[in-house]
Amino acid sequence: MSSAPASLIAAPSPPPPAPVRRSESSASWRLTDRIGLGFAWLLGLLFCAIAVAIVGYFLVEGLRYLRPNLLVTNPAASVSESQTGGFLDPLLGTVIIAAMAMAIALPTGIAIAVWLSEFGRPAALARVAESGIEMLAGTPSVVLALFGTLLFEAPALGFLSQTNHGIVLGQSFFAAAAMLSLVALPMVVATVREGLQAIPSHVREASYAVGKTKIATTRRVLLPAARPSVITGAMLGVGRVIGDTAIVLLLLGGTLTFSSATSTPLLGTLRGTGDTLTGYIYYNAPTGDGNQPSKAYAAAFVLMLIVLTLNVGVDFAVRRSRAGGWN
Amino acid sequence: MELRKPPPVRRLTGNEGYAPLREAPPWPPDTAAPTPPGVPESNGNGHHPGPAFAGVARPTRAVPIAIDRMQVEDLSVAYGAKQAVQSVSLPIRQGEVLALIGPSGCGKTTLLRSLNRLTELTRGASSSGRITLDGVDIASMEPTALRRRVTMVFQQPNPFPMSVFDNVAYVLREQAKRRPKREAVRGAVQEALARAGLLDEVADNLDHPALRLSGGQQQRLCIARALAASPEVLLLDEPCSALDPQSTKLIEDLIGRLREDVAVVIVTHNLQQAYRIADYVAFMYLGEMVEYASAQKMFGSPGEQRTREYVSGAFG
Repeated sequence: MSSAPASLIAAPSPPPPAPVRRSESSASWRLTDRIGLGFAWLLGLLFCAIAVAIVGYFLVEGLRYLRPNLLVTNPAASVSESQTGGFLDPLLGTVIIAAMAMAIALPTGIAIAVWLSEFGRPAALARVAESGIEMLAGTPSVVLALFGTLLFEAPALGFLSQTNHGIVLGQSFFAAAAMLSLVALPMVVATVREGLQAIPSHVREASYAVGKTKIATTRRVLLPAARPSVITGAMLGVGRVIGDTAIVLLLLGGTLTFSSATSTPLLGTLRGTGDTLTGYIYYNAPTGDGNQPSKAYAAAFVLMLIVLTLNVGVDFAVRRSRAGGWN
Repeated sequence: MELRKPPPVRRLTGNEGYAPLREAPPWPPDTAAPTPPGVPESNGNGHHPGPAFAGVARPTRAVPIAIDRMQVEDLSVAYGAKQAVQSVSLPIRQGEVLALIGPSGCGKTTLLRSLNRLTELTRGASSSGRITLDGVDIASMEPTALRRRVTMVFQQPNPFPMSVFDNVAYVLREQAKRRPKREAVRGAVQEALARAGLLDEVADNLDHPALRLSGGQQQRLCIARALAASPEVLLLDEPCSALDPQSTKLIEDLIGRLREDVAVVIVTHNLQQAYRIADYVAFMYLGEMVEYASAQKMFGSPGEQRTREYVSGAFG
């Protein structure tokens, strides 16, 4: 027999809830929630302050030291800082290396993302590929660079870099771009795959239901629908590529200026060594071999300007191409 | 057992019917479309109480000559161990609207998706039985070819992320190709849009992104897309459930016009909708087809107790 105490049954009903106020404030929250909210605010402001400090510092320093002729002259050896030239070659190197790396990473990444998201068969292979990509994303780029030195010093790959009496040097734009594409690849795969998976399945089925194959559906419906993700992935990839230093130093040479392997105009340059803005900053940082902080600040400012421009451009492109969505 | 009188159904629209398609015997259509064998046509107790939706006249519609298009024979579909559809047999005829009704999870969408082999895309799906299209077993057909003859419109409007024009042209082009060129398919695109009753509204902005259209327009674009392949059968999976009453009425009127050229199969949760547009109704429950009958009989004097309870709103 269940016999609930009479006092429980006769307990007074709880007081009526307080009238709901129109504008919600945290004053009515319990203490722990308010502490949490305050903490979130604090952290948010802290990170804003850090971002503003970095951007602001390099904006001020960069603008102070940036001269137009820095962008059009090459680094030169001199004891006087006014004679050491600008960073034309590193700037071009950044652009070239980003273009080359993305030319490899973007198509490959999209293909892998499509395969993982739309096909995924055989399932075991897809799982292996997935963890492989994740592992790649977690690999420090200096490790990739080290692996690249082993790979591109192989005699079979000698045609991609300079050789000296049969010894392959293994440093070239090709070698660096190949390894940098592995840095960008996980970003592209993850973003594109996410974009594809966000497309409702009935959109795919609508395409199959008018007699289209999976390939045609992917090509004409899914990839266009995932275009904002493709752009975002490419941007993130470019950001990783132009921000990397280890691969540039080990595989591109970090030679400040281009040094062509042969006299062939373009191919010679690409087979030769060079530098990027990150390598230039590394060299000219106050603790670097060059120790020309003003040049380093100016170069850092330009690098940040490139990244910010990319961000804004991508935001604009993504917002424009987002016409509407499905439920 | 005393039957409960089903409550009256409030009509959402006025009493206007579809324009008669041609001179043909009025409702019921049983003379034009004989009942398939095995389906009881009269209820057991012999009397015919007439339409049960008291006080509401069904739209008087002339029914065109019905042509057998598809035949479902003893179809069973299972997802893994779960039986979704159990030995269903029914005919699908051009000139008629067939409505599949039943509570959620009763297998009506699975039955619909079996008709163009979309169920095959679901992992773990298996099926037995036979479905024929114009006498040919669909299992022996190329799925892409079948799906151009049996096209489908979904519950959520899902135009592709391209222009209105390209949404329809996409169907007319060969797989992922860009050919035939725009000018070559313009006529066919406009015809499909006109059949779906959308051309007048979008004629001036065929190049606008389809996803900027309103929900009702998007759904009619999806119908246009489905019609562009000149299918023999059009499958509609609750096409109006995401739409407002006005768009719903437009699409229902459209379905009434379309049934002359294509066999229309519609899945609906909405009994009033089935009552308004269907010529034949199949009631499904727990994967089985409980009853297949003309709409008049289904909503008037259904032969099965379960049907009676369902159409009267006893469960659902």
